[in-house]
Amino acid sequence: MIRDITLGQFFPGQSPVHRMDPRMKVLLTIVYIILLFSVGNWLGFLVVILFLAVSIGISKIPFKLMIKGVKPIIPLIVFTSILNMFFVAGDPIFKIGFFKITIEGVVLAAKMAFRIVALIVGTSLLTYTTSPIALTDAIESLLKPLKKVKFPVHEMAMMMSIALRFIPTLIEETDKIMSAQKARGADLESGSLMQRAKALVPILIPLFISAFRRAEELALAMECRCYQGGEGRTRMRQLKYGRLDLYAAIFSLLCLVGVILINLFAPVIP
Amino acid sequence: MAIIKTEHLSHVYSPGTPFEKTAIGDVNLEIEQGDFVGVIGHTGSGKSTLIQHLNGLLEPTSGKVWVDGKDIWENKKQIRQVRFLVGMVFQYPEYQLFEETVFRDIAFGPTNMGLSEEEIKQSVLEAMEFVGLDPSYADKSPFDLSGGQKRRVAIAGVIAMRPKVLILDEPTAGLDPKGRDMILNQIKSYHEKTGSTILLVSHSMEDIAKFAKKVLVINQSKVFAYDTVEKVFSRREELIEMGLNIPQISNVFHTLAQKGYPVSERVYTVQAAKEELLRVLRERGAAHD
Repeated sequence: MIRDITLGQFFPGQSPVHRMDPRMKVLLTIVYIILLFSVGNWLGFLVVILFLAVSIGISKIPFKLMIKGVKPIIPLIVFTSILNMFFVAGDPIFKIGFFKITIEGVVLAAKMAFRIVALIVGTSLLTYTTSPIALTDAIESLLKPLKKVKFPVHEMAMMMSIALRFIPTLIEETDKIMSAQKARGADLESGSLMQRAKALVPILIPLFISAFRRAEELALAMECRCYQGGEGRTRMRQLKYGRLDLYAAIFSLLCLVGVILINLFAPVIP
Repeated sequence: MAIIKTEHLSHVYSPGTPFEKTAIGDVNLEIEQGDFVGVIGHTGSGKSTLIQHLNGLLEPTSGKVWVDGKDIWENKKQIRQVRFLVGMVFQYPEYQLFEETVFRDIAFGPTNMGLSEEEIKQSVLEAMEFVGLDPSYADKSPFDLSGGQKRRVAIAGVIAMRPKVLILDEPTAGLDPKGRDMILNQIKSYHEKTGSTILLVSHSMEDIAKFAKKVLVINQSKVFAYDTVEKVFSRREELIEMGLNIPQISNVFHTLAQKGYPVSERVYTVQAAKEELLRVLRERGAAHD
């Protein structure tokens, strides 16, 4: 049910991937995305698989969890794949009336599906191994240059941490309210779309009210502790690059160079 | 006849992850129709998980739950019927109010039961009376009421379904003493008038001793004891060891007895304490005569 949303859920551990500097993890995730989308042929996908296999292996995150993260987007993958199969021009291998499936379409669909899955698995590795707080710290640190153009980096990072911090709380709250309304016979699991939408009202209204109440309480609590963002604020956890980050960076860059070399020298299979 | 029965009931949260936790393990319980049961256990003992199994909000990882002689998970589609049979008032139930008027909020449960307009009106007004809300409140917005009144609206929302079993999870948390006594007395009179079974979760040993007939003690995911108030509170040392206590007045009498005064230790309410003291004084007076 509502607890099954795993994207963005931290999976605590002590693996080298967990211990890496969160900034490096964010940067390498970006490198990985570039790598993934610059892949031009099947040989390149092997490099992606190698990269994922090594990272997941080191991180000791159960593969089952990774698959769980992919599940919610299966409809999306199926939808785009089908569109690709039918609407890409090329040699038809199958034909009924208007509809034809082309070789190019099938290949493109397979590539697209692989890219989406690899994208989800790779990026969820970041969120599985990095606590939300570390992640916002990293984003704040990486976006620091934007301060020059008067962008409120710290404030934005604070807002993100607070939002992330309250996701589990709100999920818990939603669960509680759902239980309470179910105890009064609310039917959330059956009925037409319209009925289901209506059935959400008894859950959303109390949820909004409590979210506002929480926000007010939090603001008050922060003011009571004289919170003041931005300038002159020191942090308890300093971010430091270490040897692990160097190794990870070298490995990722090697993979990226590998993909580029393959693109340049290996024949491009459609 | 047992209205609620559980057999080897267990529940594990997040199985197969590092967050795996056995909330309740192998609970066997029989609660008789018409009993007023106090449920105690320190925070995290599993009592909230247990009570959520009794009206089918949680599905057991293993084991069975019978309500009114029926295995509630035999037909999953009918699980809502169990929720009408076993009413459940959660902690801080006032946070679950959502309707525009008090009447419509209380009517939410009966409406879901599919009652007729007339029946709904009747059960809402009846429920309001049980919790001591004047009918003039019916058209007010629940969000304009005070904390104690909101809570009474929320409790009425469950009572309006006329459940055979009423479970209340700390119904008095966060209320002032007056509001507390009021709600507990209303629950008591509801119990007496309707003969329904009540499960009252509370951290106040005094309230348990005063209102309940039987006490269910949950400790470390297991049923530690399920017996009469006297028998449970006579196990003072064990209760204290698990982070619970016995009513303060019982502690007073325990100390008095330790110091050699001829008083009984089996005193659990202030009322009983008064009688015991009068008895001792009377005996002493007779001896002096």
